[in-house]
Amino acid sequence: MLRLPPFQYHRPSQVEEAVELLDRYPGDAMPVAGGTDLIPNMKHRLFTPGHLVALKGISHLHGIRVQGEELTIGACASLTSVAQSREVRTHFPALAEAAGQVAGPQLRNAGTLGGNLCLDTRCTYYNQTEFWRRALGYCLKKDGTVCHVTRVGRKCVAAHSADTPPVLMTLGAQVELVGPSGSRVLPVREFFVADGVWNSRREPDEIVTRVRVPLQPKAFHGSEASGEVSTRVRTGYAKLRQRGAIDFPLLTVAVAVALAPDGTVTWVRGVVTGLGARPRELTGWEEIAVGEPLTPEVVEALAERAGQQCRPLENMIQDPGWRGAMVPVYVRRALGKAVKQGGGGSL
Amino acid sequence: MAPTHRIVRLTVNGDTRTAGVPVHYTLLETLRYAMGLTGSKQGCDKGDCGACTVLLNGEPRLSCITPVWEAEGLDVVTVEGLAGPDGALHPLQDEFDLHGAAQCGFCTPGILCSAAGLLARNPRPTREEIREALSGNLCRCTGYTKIYEAVEAAAARLGSGDAERERGERKEGVS
Repeated sequence: MLRLPPFQYHRPSQVEEAVELLDRYPGDAMPVAGGTDLIPNMKHRLFTPGHLVALKGISHLHGIRVQGEELTIGACASLTSVAQSREVRTHFPALAEAAGQVAGPQLRNAGTLGGNLCLDTRCTYYNQTEFWRRALGYCLKKDGTVCHVTRVGRKCVAAHSADTPPVLMTLGAQVELVGPSGSRVLPVREFFVADGVWNSRREPDEIVTRVRVPLQPKAFHGSEASGEVSTRVRTGYAKLRQRGAIDFPLLTVAVAVALAPDGTVTWVRGVVTGLGARPRELTGWEEIAVGEPLTPEVVEALAERAGQQCRPLENMIQDPGWRGAMVPVYVRRALGKAVKQGGGGSL
Repeated sequence: MAPTHRIVRLTVNGDTRTAGVPVHYTLLETLRYAMGLTGSKQGCDKGDCGACTVLLNGEPRLSCITPVWEAEGLDVVTVEGLAGPDGALHPLQDEFDLHGAAQCGFCTPGILCSAAGLLARNPRPTREEIREALSGNLCRCTGYTKIYEAVEAAAARLGSGDAERERGERKEGVS
Protein backbone atom coordinates (compact mmCIF):
# COMPACT_ATOMS: atom_id res chain seq x y z
CA MET A 1 0.00 0.00 0.00
CA LEU A 2 1.40 3.36 -1.02
CA ARG A 3 -0.31 6.36 0.54
CA LEU A 4 -0.28 9.79 -1.03
CA PRO A 5 1.06 12.64 1.07
CA PRO A 6 -1.64 15.20 1.98
CA PHE A 7 -2.48 17.92 -0.55
CA GLN A 8 -5.31 20.24 -1.50
CA TYR A 9 -6.81 19.54 -4.93
CA HIS A 10 -7.82 22.46 -7.12
CA ARG A 11 -9.86 22.05 -10.31
CA PRO A 12 -9.80 25.33 -12.26
CA SER A 13 -11.76 25.69 -15.49
CA GLN A 14 -9.59 28.40 -17.07
CA VAL A 15 -5.87 28.55 -17.89
CA GLU A 16 -5.56 31.94 -16.14
CA GLU A 17 -7.08 30.49 -12.99
CA ALA A 18 -4.63 27.57 -13.06
CA VAL A 19 -1.63 29.86 -13.48
CA GLU A 20 -2.88 32.10 -10.69
CA LEU A 21 -3.16 29.10 -8.35
CA LEU A 22 0.39 27.99 -9.17
CA ASP A 23 1.57 31.54 -8.58
CA ARG A 24 -0.31 31.80 -5.29
CA TYR A 25 1.59 28.88 -3.69
CA PRO A 26 5.18 29.28 -4.97
CA GLY A 27 7.19 26.12 -4.47
CA ASP A 28 4.20 24.35 -2.97
CA ALA A 29 1.92 23.81 -5.97
CA MET A 30 2.25 21.58 -9.02
CA PRO A 31 0.10 21.20 -12.12
CA VAL A 32 -1.31 17.74 -12.81
CA ALA A 33 -3.02 16.49 -15.95
CA GLY A 34 -3.37 12.70 -16.25
CA GLY A 35 -1.40 12.16 -13.06
CA THR A 36 0.15 8.95 -14.35
CA ASP A 37 3.67 10.23 -13.63
CA LEU A 38 3.17 12.67 -10.77
CA ILE A 39 0.83 10.59 -8.59
CA PRO A 40 3.11 7.51 -8.41
CA ASN A 41 6.05 9.87 -7.83
CA MET A 42 4.15 11.50 -4.98
CA LYS A 43 3.47 8.06 -3.55
CA HIS A 44 7.25 7.58 -3.55
CA ARG A 45 7.65 11.00 -1.86
CA LEU A 46 9.63 12.30 -4.82
CA PHE A 47 7.28 15.29 -4.79
CA THR A 48 5.18 16.45 -1.85
CA PRO A 49 3.34 19.57 -3.05
CA GLY A 50 0.75 21.02 -0.72
CA HIS A 51 -1.44 21.91 -3.68
CA LEU A 52 -2.24 20.13 -6.92
CA VAL A 53 -3.73 22.16 -9.75
CA ALA A 54 -5.69 19.81 -12.01
CA LEU A 55 -5.68 20.82 -15.67
CA LYS A 56 -8.01 18.28 -17.26
CA GLY A 57 -11.14 20.32 -16.56
CA ILE A 58 -9.85 23.20 -18.70
CA SER A 59 -11.64 22.79 -22.04
CA HIS A 60 -9.18 25.12 -23.79
CA LEU A 61 -6.44 22.50 -23.29
CA HIS A 62 -8.22 19.76 -25.24
CA GLY A 63 -8.66 19.07 -28.93
CA ILE A 64 -6.58 17.98 -31.91
CA ARG A 65 -7.04 19.90 -35.17
CA VAL A 66 -5.38 21.08 -38.33
CA GLN A 67 -5.20 24.87 -38.33
CA GLY A 68 -3.68 26.39 -41.44
CA GLU A 69 -0.22 24.93 -41.92
CA GLU A 70 -0.10 23.31 -38.50
CA LEU A 71 -1.46 20.40 -36.56
CA THR A 72 -2.27 21.64 -33.06
CA ILE A 73 -2.72 19.29 -30.13
CA GLY A 74 -4.07 20.48 -26.79
CA ALA A 75 -1.78 19.66 -23.88
CA CYS A 76 -4.57 17.71 -22.17
CA ALA A 77 -5.38 15.57 -25.21
CA SER A 78 -5.06 12.00 -23.94
CA LEU A 79 -2.34 9.81 -25.41
CA THR A 80 -5.09 7.46 -26.58
CA SER A 81 -6.72 10.30 -28.50
CA VAL A 82 -3.37 11.28 -30.07
CA ALA A 83 -2.71 7.66 -31.06
CA GLN A 84 -6.17 7.29 -32.62
CA SER A 85 -6.56 10.76 -34.14
CA ARG A 86 -7.15 10.64 -37.88
CA GLU A 87 -5.21 13.88 -38.36
CA VAL A 88 -2.19 12.60 -36.44
CA ARG A 89 -2.23 9.22 -38.18
CA THR A 90 -2.51 10.82 -41.60
CA HIS A 91 0.23 13.40 -41.22
CA PHE A 92 2.62 11.90 -38.68
CA PRO A 93 2.18 8.14 -38.23
CA ALA A 94 5.26 7.98 -35.99
CA LEU A 95 3.67 10.41 -33.54
CA ALA A 96 0.55 8.24 -33.38
CA GLU A 97 2.73 5.19 -32.92
CA ALA A 98 4.83 6.78 -30.18
CA ALA A 99 1.73 7.93 -28.29
CA GLY A 100 0.18 4.48 -28.75
CA GLN A 101 3.24 2.80 -27.27
CA VAL A 102 3.36 4.77 -24.04
CA ALA A 103 2.81 2.46 -21.06
CA GLY A 104 -0.49 0.52 -21.27
CA PRO A 105 -4.06 1.31 -22.35
CA GLN A 106 -5.34 2.53 -18.98
CA LEU A 107 -2.38 4.87 -18.60
CA ARG A 108 -2.82 6.23 -22.12
CA ASN A 109 -6.49 6.92 -21.37
CA ALA A 110 -5.43 9.11 -18.46
CA GLY A 111 -2.02 10.39 -19.59
CA THR A 112 -1.75 13.43 -21.85
CA LEU A 113 0.57 14.75 -24.53
CA GLY A 114 1.50 17.74 -22.35
CA GLY A 115 2.22 15.39 -19.47
CA ASN A 116 4.41 13.25 -21.70
CA LEU A 117 6.44 16.35 -22.58
CA CYS A 118 6.82 17.17 -18.89
CA LEU A 119 7.53 13.60 -17.75
CA ASP A 120 10.01 13.52 -14.91
CA THR A 121 13.35 11.88 -15.67
CA ARG A 122 13.81 8.33 -14.44
CA CYS A 123 16.61 6.37 -12.82
CA THR A 124 17.11 3.07 -10.99
CA TYR A 125 18.13 4.99 -7.88
CA TYR A 126 15.28 7.52 -8.03
CA ASN A 127 12.03 5.75 -8.92
CA GLN A 128 11.89 3.86 -5.65
CA THR A 129 10.00 4.14 -2.38
CA GLU A 130 11.16 6.55 0.27
CA PHE A 131 12.22 3.56 2.40
CA TRP A 132 14.42 2.19 -0.41
CA ARG A 133 16.00 5.54 -1.18
CA ARG A 134 16.68 6.30 2.46
CA ALA A 135 18.39 2.94 2.91
CA LEU A 136 20.84 3.95 0.17
CA GLY A 137 21.40 7.44 1.53
CA TYR A 138 19.25 9.05 -1.19
CA CYS A 139 20.72 10.37 -4.46
CA LEU A 140 21.75 13.53 -6.25
CA LYS A 141 18.34 14.01 -7.86
CA LYS A 142 16.38 13.88 -4.65
CA ASP A 143 17.37 14.48 -1.02
CA GLY A 144 21.01 13.36 -1.40
CA THR A 145 24.41 14.47 -2.64
CA VAL A 146 25.80 11.40 -4.39
CA CYS A 147 25.00 10.11 -7.85
CA HIS A 148 25.00 6.32 -7.64
CA VAL A 149 25.24 6.04 -11.42
CA THR A 150 28.41 8.01 -12.09
CA ARG A 151 29.68 7.91 -8.44
CA VAL A 152 31.69 11.10 -8.92
CA GLY A 153 29.43 13.18 -11.12
CA ARG A 154 27.99 16.49 -9.98
CA LYS A 155 25.24 16.34 -12.58
CA CYS A 156 22.15 14.16 -12.43
CA VAL A 157 21.99 11.69 -15.32
CA ALA A 158 18.46 10.35 -14.80
CA ALA A 159 17.02 9.45 -18.19
CA HIS A 160 14.49 11.35 -20.23
CA SER A 161 12.01 8.52 -20.77
CA ALA A 162 9.10 9.97 -22.74
CA ASP A 163 8.03 8.52 -26.07
CA THR A 164 6.52 11.46 -27.94
CA PRO A 165 9.12 14.26 -27.55
CA PRO A 166 11.73 12.64 -29.85
CA VAL A 167 9.13 12.45 -32.62
CA LEU A 168 8.01 16.04 -32.00
CA MET A 169 11.66 17.14 -32.17
CA THR A 170 12.26 15.51 -35.53
CA LEU A 171 9.14 17.25 -36.83
CA GLY A 172 10.14 20.73 -35.69
CA ALA A 173 7.17 20.98 -33.32
CA GLN A 174 6.72 23.86 -30.93
CA VAL A 175 5.36 23.94 -27.42
CA GLU A 176 3.23 26.76 -26.00
CA LEU A 177 3.59 27.66 -22.34
CA VAL A 178 1.61 30.02 -20.14
CA GLY A 179 2.89 31.43 -16.87
CA PRO A 180 2.26 34.38 -14.58
CA SER A 181 4.18 36.70 -16.90
CA GLY A 182 2.34 35.63 -20.03
CA SER A 183 2.70 33.06 -22.75
CA ARG A 184 5.69 31.96 -24.80
CA VAL A 185 6.51 29.47 -27.52
CA LEU A 186 9.56 27.21 -27.60
CA PRO A 187 10.72 24.68 -30.18
CA VAL A 188 10.43 21.24 -28.57
CA ARG A 189 14.11 20.69 -29.45
CA GLU A 190 14.98 23.59 -27.15
CA PHE A 191 12.53 22.58 -24.44
CA PHE A 192 14.87 20.09 -22.77
CA VAL A 193 18.10 20.69 -20.86
CA ALA A 194 20.81 18.20 -19.83
CA ASP A 195 20.02 18.22 -16.13
CA GLY A 196 18.26 15.16 -14.79
CA VAL A 197 16.96 17.01 -11.71
CA TRP A 198 14.70 19.28 -13.79
CA ASN A 199 15.24 18.62 -17.46
CA SER A 200 13.01 21.18 -19.13
CA ARG A 201 12.84 24.93 -19.56
CA ARG A 202 9.33 24.95 -18.15
CA GLU A 203 9.25 27.02 -14.98
CA PRO A 204 7.44 25.38 -12.05
CA ASP A 205 4.64 27.97 -12.29
CA GLU A 206 4.16 27.52 -16.04
CA ILE A 207 1.83 25.10 -17.76
CA VAL A 208 2.10 23.61 -21.23
CA THR A 209 -1.02 24.55 -23.17
CA ARG A 210 -0.51 23.34 -26.73
CA VAL A 211 1.83 21.56 -29.10
CA ARG A 212 2.04 22.77 -32.70
CA VAL A 213 3.46 20.60 -35.46
CA PRO A 214 4.11 22.15 -38.91
CA LEU A 215 2.55 20.08 -41.69
CA GLN A 216 5.20 20.74 -44.34
CA PRO A 217 8.97 20.43 -44.21
CA LYS A 218 9.38 23.88 -45.74
CA ALA A 219 7.87 25.27 -42.58
CA PHE A 220 10.57 23.60 -40.52
CA HIS A 221 13.24 25.45 -38.66
CA GLY A 222 16.50 25.89 -40.51
CA SER A 223 17.17 26.50 -44.17
CA GLU A 224 18.19 22.99 -45.10
CA ALA A 225 14.57 21.94 -45.48
CA SER A 226 13.44 21.44 -49.01
CA GLY A 227 10.90 23.91 -50.30
CA GLU A 228 9.45 21.51 -52.84
CA VAL A 229 5.73 21.20 -52.45
CA SER A 230 5.77 17.58 -53.58
CA THR A 231 8.09 16.59 -50.78
CA ARG A 232 6.37 14.71 -48.02
CA VAL A 233 7.87 14.03 -44.64
CA ARG A 234 7.93 10.39 -43.64
CA THR A 235 8.31 9.53 -40.00
CA GLY A 236 9.42 6.43 -38.15
CA TYR A 237 9.55 5.42 -34.53
CA ALA A 238 11.08 2.40 -32.79
CA LYS A 239 11.09 1.65 -29.09
CA LEU A 240 13.09 -0.81 -27.04
CA ARG A 241 11.55 -2.00 -23.81
CA GLN A 242 11.55 -5.12 -21.71
CA ARG A 243 7.89 -6.06 -22.22
CA GLY A 244 5.60 -5.15 -25.08
CA ALA A 245 3.49 -2.91 -22.84
CA ILE A 246 3.52 -0.90 -19.61
CA ASP A 247 7.31 -0.39 -19.50
CA PHE A 248 9.11 2.87 -20.00
CA PRO A 249 11.50 2.89 -22.94
CA LEU A 250 15.05 1.62 -22.54
CA LEU A 251 15.77 3.41 -25.79
CA THR A 252 13.69 5.10 -28.45
CA VAL A 253 14.54 6.31 -31.92
CA ALA A 254 12.50 8.80 -33.93
CA VAL A 255 13.37 9.66 -37.52
CA ALA A 256 11.88 12.02 -40.09
CA VAL A 257 12.99 12.01 -43.69
CA ALA A 258 11.88 13.87 -46.80
CA LEU A 259 12.44 12.28 -50.19
CA ALA A 260 12.43 14.07 -53.56
CA PRO A 261 10.28 12.55 -56.33
CA ASP A 262 13.36 10.68 -57.58
CA GLY A 263 13.74 9.01 -54.18
CA THR A 264 16.78 10.93 -53.01
CA VAL A 265 16.87 12.29 -49.50
CA THR A 266 16.38 16.05 -49.27
CA TRP A 267 16.21 16.31 -45.52
CA VAL A 268 16.67 13.92 -42.61
CA ARG A 269 16.56 14.05 -38.84
CA GLY A 270 16.96 11.57 -36.00
CA VAL A 271 16.52 11.78 -32.25
CA VAL A 272 17.39 9.12 -29.66
CA THR A 273 16.19 9.15 -26.10
CA GLY A 274 15.97 6.95 -23.02
CA LEU A 275 19.68 7.42 -22.45
CA GLY A 276 20.49 10.70 -20.67
CA ALA A 277 18.61 13.64 -19.19
CA ARG A 278 17.60 15.06 -22.55
CA PRO A 279 16.81 13.58 -25.95
CA ARG A 280 19.86 13.47 -28.21
CA GLU A 281 19.63 14.92 -31.70
CA LEU A 282 21.76 12.80 -33.98
CA THR A 283 24.42 14.69 -35.90
CA GLY A 284 26.18 14.06 -39.17
CA TRP A 285 23.15 12.52 -40.85
CA GLU A 286 22.70 15.13 -43.55
CA GLU A 287 26.27 14.67 -44.81
CA ILE A 288 25.63 10.95 -45.17
CA ALA A 289 22.17 10.91 -46.68
CA VAL A 290 21.18 14.16 -48.44
CA GLY A 291 21.27 13.73 -52.20
CA GLU A 292 21.42 9.93 -51.88
CA PRO A 293 18.62 7.41 -52.22
CA LEU A 294 17.92 5.54 -48.98
CA THR A 295 19.73 2.37 -49.97
CA PRO A 296 20.54 -0.29 -47.36
CA GLU A 297 24.12 1.03 -47.41
CA VAL A 298 22.99 4.57 -46.58
CA VAL A 299 20.70 3.27 -43.84
CA GLU A 300 23.60 1.27 -42.43
CA ALA A 301 25.85 4.33 -42.44
CA LEU A 302 23.20 6.36 -40.60
CA ALA A 303 22.72 3.58 -38.05
CA GLU A 304 26.45 3.31 -37.46
CA ARG A 305 26.79 7.08 -37.10
CA ALA A 306 23.99 7.04 -34.51
CA GLY A 307 25.60 4.19 -32.58
CA GLN A 308 28.86 6.14 -32.28
CA GLN A 309 27.08 9.04 -30.61
CA CYS A 310 25.22 7.14 -27.90
CA ARG A 311 26.82 5.89 -24.69
CA PRO A 312 24.14 4.60 -22.30
CA LEU A 313 24.85 4.84 -18.57
CA GLU A 314 23.90 2.56 -15.69
CA ASN A 315 20.84 4.65 -14.91
CA MET A 316 18.57 1.72 -15.66
CA ILE A 317 18.78 -1.81 -14.40
CA GLN A 318 19.32 -3.19 -17.90
CA ASP A 319 22.87 -3.57 -19.19
CA PRO A 320 24.07 -0.27 -20.72
CA GLY A 321 26.27 -2.11 -23.21
CA TRP A 322 23.26 -3.91 -24.57
CA ARG A 323 21.23 -0.72 -24.78
CA GLY A 324 24.09 0.91 -26.68
CA ALA A 325 24.34 -2.02 -29.07
CA MET A 326 20.62 -1.68 -29.77
CA VAL A 327 20.95 1.94 -30.99
CA PRO A 328 21.89 1.07 -34.61
CA VAL A 329 19.33 -1.76 -34.61
CA TYR A 330 16.52 0.59 -33.66
CA VAL A 331 17.71 3.31 -36.05
CA ARG A 332 17.42 0.76 -38.87
CA ARG A 333 13.92 -0.20 -37.71
CA ALA A 334 12.76 3.41 -37.44
CA LEU A 335 14.12 4.25 -40.90
CA GLY A 336 12.54 1.10 -42.29
CA LYS A 337 9.14 2.20 -40.99
CA ALA A 338 9.58 5.70 -42.44
CA VAL A 339 10.47 4.33 -45.86
CA LYS A 340 7.47 2.01 -45.90
CA GLN A 341 5.08 4.97 -45.67
CA GLY A 342 4.18 4.94 -49.37
CA GLY A 343 4.80 7.95 -51.58
CA GLY A 344 7.50 8.26 -54.23
CA GLY A 345 10.30 6.52 -52.40
CA SER A 346 12.78 4.39 -54.29
CA LEU A 347 13.36 1.72 -51.68
CA MET B 1 -6.55 25.70 8.20
CA ALA B 2 -7.16 23.64 5.09
CA PRO B 3 -9.67 20.84 5.52
CA THR B 4 -8.26 17.33 5.91
CA HIS B 5 -11.47 15.64 4.74
CA ARG B 6 -14.16 16.48 2.24
CA ILE B 7 -17.42 14.98 1.04
CA VAL B 8 -17.10 13.28 -2.32
CA ARG B 9 -20.11 12.45 -4.44
CA LEU B 10 -19.68 9.67 -6.98
CA THR B 11 -21.86 7.72 -9.38
CA VAL B 12 -20.74 4.15 -8.81
CA ASN B 13 -22.36 1.26 -10.66
CA GLY B 14 -25.40 3.44 -11.29
CA ASP B 15 -25.85 4.55 -7.67
CA THR B 16 -25.10 8.02 -6.39
CA ARG B 17 -22.95 7.64 -3.31
CA THR B 18 -21.35 10.12 -0.97
CA ALA B 19 -18.57 9.66 1.53
CA GLY B 20 -16.34 11.78 3.70
CA VAL B 21 -12.76 11.02 2.68
CA PRO B 22 -9.27 12.46 3.27
CA VAL B 23 -8.62 15.08 0.61
CA HIS B 24 -5.67 13.12 -0.75
CA TYR B 25 -7.57 9.83 -1.19
CA THR B 26 -7.39 8.01 -4.50
CA LEU B 27 -10.47 6.66 -6.23
CA LEU B 28 -9.37 3.14 -5.25
CA GLU B 29 -9.04 4.04 -1.57
CA THR B 30 -12.47 5.66 -1.65
CA LEU B 31 -14.08 2.62 -3.30
CA ARG B 32 -12.42 0.13 -0.98
CA TYR B 33 -12.23 1.91 2.35
CA ALA B 34 -15.09 4.41 2.26
CA MET B 35 -17.66 2.57 0.14
CA GLY B 36 -16.94 -1.06 0.93
CA LEU B 37 -16.38 -1.99 -2.71
CA THR B 38 -13.34 -4.23 -2.33
CA GLY B 39 -13.61 -5.88 -5.74
CA SER B 40 -11.08 -3.49 -7.26
CA LYS B 41 -7.71 -4.68 -6.01
CA GLN B 42 -4.82 -2.78 -4.54
CA GLY B 43 -1.89 -4.45 -6.27
CA CYS B 44 1.23 -2.44 -6.99
CA ASP B 45 -0.66 0.71 -5.98
CA LYS B 46 1.45 2.82 -8.35
CA GLY B 47 -0.11 2.36 -11.74
CA ASP B 48 1.78 -0.63 -13.12
CA CYS B 49 -0.23 -3.79 -12.63
CA GLY B 50 -3.83 -2.98 -13.63
CA ALA B 51 -5.50 -4.81 -10.71
CA CYS B 52 -7.31 -1.59 -9.73
CA THR B 53 -8.78 -0.99 -13.22
CA VAL B 54 -12.28 0.49 -13.23
CA LEU B 55 -14.32 2.11 -15.99
CA LEU B 56 -14.65 5.90 -15.98
CA ASN B 57 -17.29 6.89 -18.52
CA GLY B 58 -16.63 3.53 -20.15
CA GLU B 59 -12.84 4.03 -20.34
CA PRO B 60 -10.53 1.65 -18.45
CA ARG B 61 -8.56 3.69 -15.93
CA LEU B 62 -6.30 2.94 -12.98
CA SER B 63 -8.14 3.91 -9.80
CA CYS B 64 -5.00 3.64 -7.62
CA ILE B 65 -3.42 6.70 -9.25
CA THR B 66 -6.64 8.66 -9.86
CA PRO B 67 -7.30 11.36 -7.25
CA VAL B 68 -10.89 10.71 -6.18
CA TRP B 69 -11.94 14.24 -7.20
CA GLU B 70 -11.18 13.40 -10.83
CA ALA B 71 -13.99 10.83 -10.76
CA GLU B 72 -16.66 13.31 -9.64
CA GLY B 73 -19.23 13.78 -12.36
CA LEU B 74 -18.09 10.66 -14.22
CA ASP B 75 -19.81 7.31 -14.42
CA VAL B 76 -17.73 4.87 -12.34
CA VAL B 77 -18.14 1.14 -12.98
CA THR B 78 -16.28 -1.40 -10.85
CA VAL B 79 -16.26 -5.18 -11.12
CA GLU B 80 -19.21 -5.22 -8.72
CA GLY B 81 -21.23 -3.37 -11.35
CA LEU B 82 -20.74 -5.87 -14.16
CA ALA B 83 -23.33 -8.40 -13.00
CA GLY B 84 -27.01 -7.60 -13.43
CA PRO B 85 -29.13 -6.21 -10.58
CA ASP B 86 -30.53 -9.71 -10.02
CA GLY B 87 -27.03 -11.09 -9.64
CA ALA B 88 -26.92 -12.65 -13.12
CA LEU B 89 -23.29 -12.77 -14.17
CA HIS B 90 -22.01 -10.68 -17.05
CA PRO B 91 -21.10 -13.01 -19.94
CA LEU B 92 -17.45 -12.11 -19.35
CA GLN B 93 -17.64 -13.29 -15.75
CA ASP B 94 -19.46 -16.43 -16.78
CA GLU B 95 -16.96 -17.27 -19.51
CA PHE B 96 -13.99 -16.58 -17.22
CA ASP B 97 -15.47 -19.15 -14.87
CA LEU B 98 -16.21 -21.69 -17.58
CA HIS B 99 -12.78 -21.32 -19.19
CA GLY B 100 -10.82 -21.41 -15.94
CA ALA B 101 -9.51 -17.96 -16.85
CA ALA B 102 -8.80 -17.07 -13.23
CA GLN B 103 -6.35 -18.80 -10.96
CA CYS B 104 -5.47 -16.81 -7.85
CA GLY B 105 -8.01 -14.23 -9.02
CA PHE B 106 -6.23 -11.10 -7.91
CA CYS B 107 -5.91 -9.66 -11.42
CA THR B 108 -9.38 -10.80 -12.48
CA PRO B 109 -11.48 -7.76 -11.47
CA GLY B 110 -9.16 -5.43 -13.37
CA ILE B 111 -9.06 -7.70 -16.40
CA LEU B 112 -12.84 -7.98 -16.41
CA CYS B 113 -13.14 -4.19 -16.38
CA SER B 114 -10.60 -3.76 -19.19
CA ALA B 115 -12.40 -6.45 -21.20
CA ALA B 116 -15.83 -4.94 -20.52
CA GLY B 117 -14.53 -1.58 -21.75
CA LEU B 118 -13.21 -3.25 -24.89
CA LEU B 119 -16.44 -5.11 -25.72
CA ALA B 120 -18.49 -1.96 -25.18
CA ARG B 121 -16.56 -0.05 -27.83
CA ASN B 122 -15.62 -3.00 -30.06
CA PRO B 123 -18.12 -5.87 -29.82
CA ARG B 124 -16.17 -8.12 -32.20
CA PRO B 125 -12.52 -7.74 -31.30
CA THR B 126 -9.78 -9.79 -32.93
CA ARG B 127 -7.36 -11.74 -30.76
CA GLU B 128 -4.78 -9.01 -31.36
CA GLU B 129 -7.22 -6.31 -30.24
CA ILE B 130 -7.98 -8.30 -27.09
CA ARG B 131 -4.26 -8.67 -26.38
CA GLU B 132 -3.79 -4.94 -26.84
CA ALA B 133 -6.78 -4.06 -24.62
CA LEU B 134 -5.50 -6.32 -21.82
CA SER B 135 -1.84 -5.35 -22.19
CA GLY B 136 -2.08 -3.08 -19.15
CA ASN B 137 -3.23 -5.90 -16.86
CA LEU B 138 -0.62 -8.20 -15.38
CA CYS B 139 -1.55 -11.81 -14.62
CA ARG B 140 1.17 -13.92 -13.04
CA CYS B 141 -0.74 -17.22 -12.89
CA THR B 142 -2.53 -18.31 -16.02
CA GLY B 143 -0.47 -17.09 -18.94
CA TYR B 144 -3.34 -15.23 -20.61
CA THR B 145 -4.47 -17.86 -23.14
CA LYS B 146 -7.55 -18.85 -21.16
CA ILE B 147 -8.27 -15.18 -20.53
CA TYR B 148 -8.22 -14.35 -24.25
CA GLU B 149 -10.40 -17.37 -25.01
CA ALA B 150 -12.90 -16.32 -22.37
CA VAL B 151 -13.12 -12.80 -23.79
CA GLU B 152 -13.63 -14.21 -27.29
CA ALA B 153 -16.37 -16.51 -26.00
CA ALA B 154 -18.08 -13.64 -24.19
CA ALA B 155 -17.91 -11.48 -27.32
CA ALA B 156 -19.44 -14.27 -29.38
CA ARG B 157 -22.19 -14.72 -26.82
CA LEU B 158 -22.97 -11.01 -26.63
CA GLY B 159 -22.89 -10.82 -30.44
CA SER B 160 -25.37 -13.66 -30.82
CA GLY B 161 -27.79 -12.03 -28.39
CA ASP B 162 -27.38 -15.06 -26.19
CA ALA B 163 -26.08 -13.26 -23.14
CA GLU B 164 -28.83 -14.65 -20.97
CA ARG B 165 -28.08 -18.28 -21.73
CA GLU B 166 -28.46 -20.58 -18.76
CA ARG B 167 -24.97 -21.12 -17.46
CA GLY B 168 -25.75 -24.61 -16.19
CA GLU B 169 -26.57 -25.75 -19.68
CA ARG B 170 -23.46 -24.11 -21.06
CA LYS B 171 -21.23 -25.55 -18.36
CA GLU B 172 -22.37 -29.05 -19.22
CA GLY B 173 -21.36 -28.47 -22.83
CA VAL B 174 -17.88 -27.35 -21.87
CA SER B 175 -17.07 -30.03 -19.32
